[in-house]
Amino acid sequence: MTILTPWDKVQLARHPHRPHTLDYVKALFEDFTEFHGDRRFGDDAAMLGGVARFGDQTIMVVGHQKGRDARENVRRNFGMPRPEGYRKALRLFQHAERFGMPVLCFIDTPGADPGIQSEERGQGNAIAENILVMAGLKVPIIATVIGEGGSGGALAIGVCDRLLMLEHSVYSVASPEGTAAILWRDSAKAPDAAKAMRITAQDLYAMQVADTIVAEPEGGAHTSPELVIAAVGAALQVHLAGLSRLDQESLLEQRYHKYRAIGQYQEGMHRSVFGTDGAAELIRFS
Amino acid sequence: MKEFFRRTPKHFTPGARSNGQQVPDNMWVKCPSCGELTYVKQLNDNLKVCKCGHHMRLSAREWLGLLDADSFVEHDTTLAPVDPLTFVSAKDNYAQKVVENQERTGLNDALISGRGVIDGNPLQIAISEFAFIGGSMGSVYGEKLARAVEQATRHSIPLMTITATGGARQHEGVLSLMQMAKVNIALTRLAAAGLPHIALLVDPCYAGVMASYASVADIIIAEPGARVGFAGQRVIEQTIRQKLPPNFQTAEFMLEHGMIDMVLARSDLRTTVARLLRLYAATPRHKHPTNQHARLNGVERVYAK
Repeated sequence: MTILTPWDKVQLARHPHRPHTLDYVKALFEDFTEFHGDRRFGDDAAMLGGVARFGDQTIMVVGHQKGRDARENVRRNFGMPRPEGYRKALRLFQHAERFGMPVLCFIDTPGADPGIQSEERGQGNAIAENILVMAGLKVPIIATVIGEGGSGGALAIGVCDRLLMLEHSVYSVASPEGTAAILWRDSAKAPDAAKAMRITAQDLYAMQVADTIVAEPEGGAHTSPELVIAAVGAALQVHLAGLSRLDQESLLEQRYHKYRAIGQYQEGMHRSVFGTDGAAELIRFS
Repeated sequence: MKEFFRRTPKHFTPGARSNGQQVPDNMWVKCPSCGELTYVKQLNDNLKVCKCGHHMRLSAREWLGLLDADSFVEHDTTLAPVDPLTFVSAKDNYAQKVVENQERTGLNDALISGRGVIDGNPLQIAISEFAFIGGSMGSVYGEKLARAVEQATRHSIPLMTITATGGARQHEGVLSLMQMAKVNIALTRLAAAGLPHIALLVDPCYAGVMASYASVADIIIAEPGARVGFAGQRVIEQTIRQKLPPNFQTAEFMLEHGMIDMVLARSDLRTTVARLLRLYAATPRHKHPTNQHARLNGVERVYAK
């Protein structure tokens, strides 16, 4: 057995036969009823959402949806939502809050759609609104990274009380190709970026960003989807039961501190802005 | 034949130096937009806006000129970055990059924050420094901003952010991404306390920062011509393989598409922000005794209602 490199894990996380959001929804939930549209512009097939029954609870499920073949991938935009996809998710989060349903999110995207129309409709704003609303949503949220979690496009449905990651899933500030393009203007250097960025589930667990790692069968999730789906179901059950015991105030308080505590810095040398370029006083607004 | 079709450079100025904006004795500054040389004193008096209307970039220090003289008290001046991923690649060494940027800018990281006053109105202010690794948001930036938001909430004063940034800092990986959530979760409490967040978007303002605090402010102002957006133009061109429309992702484009409240010339900024601060200080929500009480007793109380 060889040890997988981070780039190997990226390949596994993107494997075309890896179970996608709909596979989990069909296997884990009953009475799934899909909802469509953001009520503002359109519907986005890259974002899936609806209500379902999980055990004896009605839940809201929201997730990125990739396609299995070229045709479906075009329809699903390779799991890269446009603003209307994020705004559909936002509507469903608020809907869940109104009816007191826990929210279960499945993350599987290379990133948010980078296109002219997405910019015109405010891709940044769509993601930011979701982060803001999820931060204060008065129902439990559990997010599971089932494949790849790429940047703000993932976080837009990823602010949560518990973050679960599959053993060979990855999650980072940008896709490895994105980071390589940003830092070195060369997306072919993606394997180097994957290594430098610490994007594996194990890295995120060590950095206390991920709360749990769900084991995959030997060979990866696509070799026996039913096993990994059942393992995710069991983990969701445990965490949902734990979160359901919290009252609303403690839930929000814990979520606040979960995010407030993320980051690494030091109390270093004092450096004041007044110690910088002395000519600056010459600029005075009036 | 090929030579014949070659486009002439857009801003060609005969005799101008190609190596940077500054002419040797630092007394003259060349506009990167029109190429015109302006005497530095005259340019500073005009808030570094060229005669052609181009708004040149200000340092974080220079932005302090927006505040009443000597009113700024800086906070968290000792917070400094670490290298959480031990990020080293063939071309990049984060620890070394941080030291170089600290020596060059005199700052610990890409954000300064503190308390100041504009025309008699107190406010919490956070300003990014683009010269420090592209104004990118990592752990220090996120922590300082979250603290600034909490300070504003605790002391019942408005928040203003001034941002020029390339987005989240790649070298701190997923920790940078999570700063987006950290800052926004702090903002939920500022909002619950009825306090406004005014965001000024300065050229350029992109990616992870636009996808977190900058695009959900209560009032969003951008400078004329500032490039503002989510995905970088190189990324978009690579994805769609076509040329972008000329005013794409400018402040004016964002205004036209309903994403920001106004585009303001630098000369109008101080009076407008002062006016807004006066208006928001007079709202019933802000003056309401129950809210005062909630704020005085710590921010946790705001969830009780």
